Amino acid sequence: MTDPYSLTVNGTDHQVVDAWLGESLLYVLRERLGLPGSKAGCEQGECGSCSVIVDGSLECACLILAAAAVGCDITTVEGLQPGRGDFTTVQEAFIAEGAVQCGFCTPGLVVALTDLLARVPHPSDLEVREAISGNLCRCTGYGRILAAAQAAAKAASDE
Amino acid sequence: MTILSPTSIDEAVAALADPAIQVLAGGTDFMVEVNAGHRRPDKVLSLRHIPELRTWEQLPARDDPAHVRLGATVTYTDMLQPDLAQLLPALAHAARTVGSPQIRNAGTIGGNLATASPAGDTLPVLAALEAVVEVASPLGVRDIPVATFITGPKRTALSPGELIVAVRLPLLDGHQEFRKIGVRNAMVIAVASLALAVDTRTRTVRCALGSVGPGPIRATEAEEWLAGTIDWDRPAATTEAPDLAYFGRLVAGAAQPIDDHRGTAAYRRHAIGVLAERAAAQAFGAGSAA
Repeated sequence: MTDPYSLTVNGTDHQVVDAWLGESLLYVLRERLGLPGSKAGCEQGECGSCSVIVDGSLECACLILAAAAVGCDITTVEGLQPGRGDFTTVQEAFIAEGAVQCGFCTPGLVVALTDLLARVPHPSDLEVREAISGNLCRCTGYGRILAAAQAAAKAASDE
Repeated sequence: MTILSPTSIDEAVAALADPAIQVLAGGTDFMVEVNAGHRRPDKVLSLRHIPELRTWEQLPARDDPAHVRLGATVTYTDMLQPDLAQLLPALAHAARTVGSPQIRNAGTIGGNLATASPAGDTLPVLAALEAVVEVASPLGVRDIPVATFITGPKRTALSPGELIVAVRLPLLDGHQEFRKIGVRNAMVIAVASLALAVDTRTRTVRCALGSVGPGPIRATEAEEWLAGTIDWDRPAATTEAPDLAYFGRLVAGAAQPIDDHRGTAAYRRHAIGVLAERAAAQAFGAGSAA
């Protein structure tokens, strides 16, 4: 057994106990901290379904060694949501535009687009495409996701 | 298993006294191997919490020419920021082609060097610019030119207990660019890549190739030939199409490609010649601005 360590996720400190220190942040979030919103797709940084924000930077949770992220400020898709059932502007736009089919890629896309809109409030379609180029969706063909991104940008500026 | 997360370079270097320790930077290669069960590290040295490794500085012209010194954990996203990109445009071009935003936010220049993949996107740029790798160990610091740092596919001149601390790149005066071929623009490993850098002060052209050999290859014969055809007093728009095509053929001749699942040797040799011709056209052909 190894020493426990602490991760700061969505503003709360979580103790990780009796864990193998080689576990990825994705595994620890899902299997140890009860935060299954980040999805385990490829586990090699190709699909973006596990996208999280670490110290203000969009990263794949599968490529982060959890025990090396002690002291980092980690935000998952669950942390974007002020309360359960209370969706963010980006999530509302996904629903309104029908940007969800099977839904597996959706949390990663929501995190990636939230990150983009925080930096670029009115992105062009090209900027949206580049921002989600690391997030694979095999259902939608992306058209409705691009529409949702623009709808979210508009809704945010109307607020 | 133990994980060390030092906050200074000195602490990190001291930890390297244990030769079994494995260095973790951005994790974009390391964690793929861990997740797949191909790497079971016993001791890990994480560089995430060492702020001084994530900085860069422009060194004044006490060195000739002036240099930029990039800390080892400067990320691809850092290389894209305007103040750095305008100093090292080819490096920024290469960084822009790496993976996705998520990968560019995590992956580092030191990691690209240490992994030493034949397809490493920054490596042709580092080779063309004749970058120098600063390496530290408990025994001291040494400089290794990139040309000798990469010794083969995924092999480097790093000894056990050595850490890449920084990379120094000279600031050249002239057109620079990076070109890459893959099956799409995002999330793609290069099938062929090329960096071209012009230095109007020394009247030289530097051209290095990626993904067409065991490591980055300098196309020296092609470089010298092109430099010899240019009117250096007025380099823009002075090179004719047949000369650009000949440069492409010389570059293709310098490649040492192999067949693999991403492409055939014949395709790679053809493609690298096309990339060279286009890059040279951008630098010296009609409408260029070198």
